Amino acid sequence: MNQTAKSKKFRSKKRAAILGKVGIYAILLLITACMIVPFLWMLSASIKSDREVFQMNPFVWIPEIPKWDNYIKIWTKIPLLKFVENTVFLTIVVTFLQLLTSSFAAYSFAKLEFKHKNALFLAYIATIAMPWQVYMVPQFIMMRQMGLNDKLLAMICLQAFSAFGVFLMKQFYEGIPGELCEAARIDGMSEYKIYAKIMLPLSKPALSTLTIFTFVSTWNDYLGPLIYLKSESKKTIQLGLKMFIGQYSSEYGLIMAGSVLSLIPVIIVFLCLQKYFVEGVASTGLKG
Amino acid sequence: MDEKKAARLQKLETEAAALMGKIRAEDDIEKKKQLIAKRERIQSQANSIKNNRRISREAKRDLVAYSFIAPNFIGFAVFTLIPILFAFVLAFMNWDGSNAPSFAGLSNFARLPQDTFFVAALKNTLIYVVGTVPLTMIASLALAIVLNQKIRAKGFFRTVAFFPYVASLVAITAVWSMIFHPSKGPVNYLLLTVFGVDQKNLPQWFSGGLVLLTLILFSVWKYMGYYMVIYLAGLQGISGELYEAGSLDGANTWQKFLYITWPQLRSTTFFVVVMLTINCFKVYDIAVMLAGGGDGKLSTSATVLVYYIYQNAFNYWDLGYSSAIAMVLFLMVLVITLIQFRYEKKISE
Repeated sequence: MNQTAKSKKFRSKKRAAILGKVGIYAILLLITACMIVPFLWMLSASIKSDREVFQMNPFVWIPEIPKWDNYIKIWTKIPLLKFVENTVFLTIVVTFLQLLTSSFAAYSFAKLEFKHKNALFLAYIATIAMPWQVYMVPQFIMMRQMGLNDKLLAMICLQAFSAFGVFLMKQFYEGIPGELCEAARIDGMSEYKIYAKIMLPLSKPALSTLTIFTFVSTWNDYLGPLIYLKSESKKTIQLGLKMFIGQYSSEYGLIMAGSVLSLIPVIIVFLCLQKYFVEGVASTGLKG
Repeated sequence: MDEKKAARLQKLETEAAALMGKIRAEDDIEKKKQLIAKRERIQSQANSIKNNRRISREAKRDLVAYSFIAPNFIGFAVFTLIPILFAFVLAFMNWDGSNAPSFAGLSNFARLPQDTFFVAALKNTLIYVVGTVPLTMIASLALAIVLNQKIRAKGFFRTVAFFPYVASLVAITAVWSMIFHPSKGPVNYLLLTVFGVDQKNLPQWFSGGLVLLTLILFSVWKYMGYYMVIYLAGLQGISGELYEAGSLDGANTWQKFLYITWPQLRSTTFFVVVMLTINCFKVYDIAVMLAGGGDGKLSTSATVLVYYIYQNAFNYWDLGYSSAIAMVLFLMVLVITLIQFRYEKKISE
């Protein structure tokens, strides 16, 4: 009697657990669908003709005759290759400078003692909450004065030295025990060597996180290039794509093909680095 | 010269001796540590005078530290700090960018309340912030909790949820404007055929009263993956023992969330809300791309503050006025951030 009641209770508990699992998967699948359907739609539309894109009855994901030549045509309709070149150049230089200078400065803030340390760090912190849009106009005037208007160099200066990068790296370095550096100092290592031989190899998660953030934000930046880069040969892929959409607003297939192409690099970078990502966010104090 | 040195040395040494006495008498360890550090500093100063070194060890140490900071700090100072100071000055000037600027006092700010376009931009931005911040927070927290369970293909779900964040805005807004196309898009087609909404009642997603809702929905969709990762990192910092103890006490799932997860995530939530608020006030490209049409011009129903800053600066070359609007943006971000800091402090006490 007692036994059956117990097993009944156990069974109902198990059933509730299974129901819960099913519920969780249902929610997950729904959210995943919301997240991924626009991308699938993009892929599908990129191989359709303009008429097929909006054909609903019947709706097909892959048209009978896929228009793969959308992916060829887009390169000739706009100077896409030039745009890609510019964007790749900018993104790589900015990401490299950002990683190098931020980790360099962060090492000093996290592991060295020196005069005016707090004041200098405060200067960084105070600007984190300051939206770039607040000072983009005076910044543009200054850059124009320096002769940087319509130069890719302006975009590099703009994006390579962020307070965010220093902050992120510093948080991570503070989690590395100071004894490591002390021991190295006693062994007679210089600070530069400690940075290069001990700290950098340990900071893969933080560097990956910062790489994803910098790469994504530089690759996808729109307002910065819009303000600075005026001539067509200087434009980035975002500006170029937007220009194309403005000019040929009903060439849906081509727009989607260009969009797919513009996504590929960021997605590759993200997929390569994502295994460090959650760890990186956790250890850089980004979670607060 | 030598006498001067000797006198200075004497002074430093007495100071060090006095400190030594203080250190012996001090009980508080923290204070003791400070005193010891101070004494060491003085002693090394004295040492460098004794050894006739030109650069003291401190100075050398400072130089090394500065050499680490310099590459970043110089760029940061020139391209961020100075423009920020410049922006504050500019808000009180009249300037078209080429002729000589003149002092305007508060007149730029006095123009703001009468400017209907500015008022609309301010209102829309606030509505957007108020709509987006809580929705994104709740969605990303819920998603993080679900993805923190023991489930299959966790990595796949996480990656997919993060996709919209890394995807370029131009590309995905192009998709959204097709999917939500008022006459041809699949969403309205479904509303028409499956849900039987009248042709003339079909929602115009990108104009009129609905446009802000579309912007909010889009932002939640695009950014929830990012904040989900932050929440995931926060969740992984919560010790499993707390949940075990909760289970022993017979707490159900909801109680565990309410009494363990939510309080433990407080600082994460604080960070998420602060970042979300700052990022939402910056909204510009989403509005221009979803509601701007071919020429990227925003009407009063969809305009936002940053758009108006841009317009005044680069289309009307009214730099002072544009900076005044930027100051309004800055002040709102500042005030809201400060309130949140206050609140966080009050709760943690």
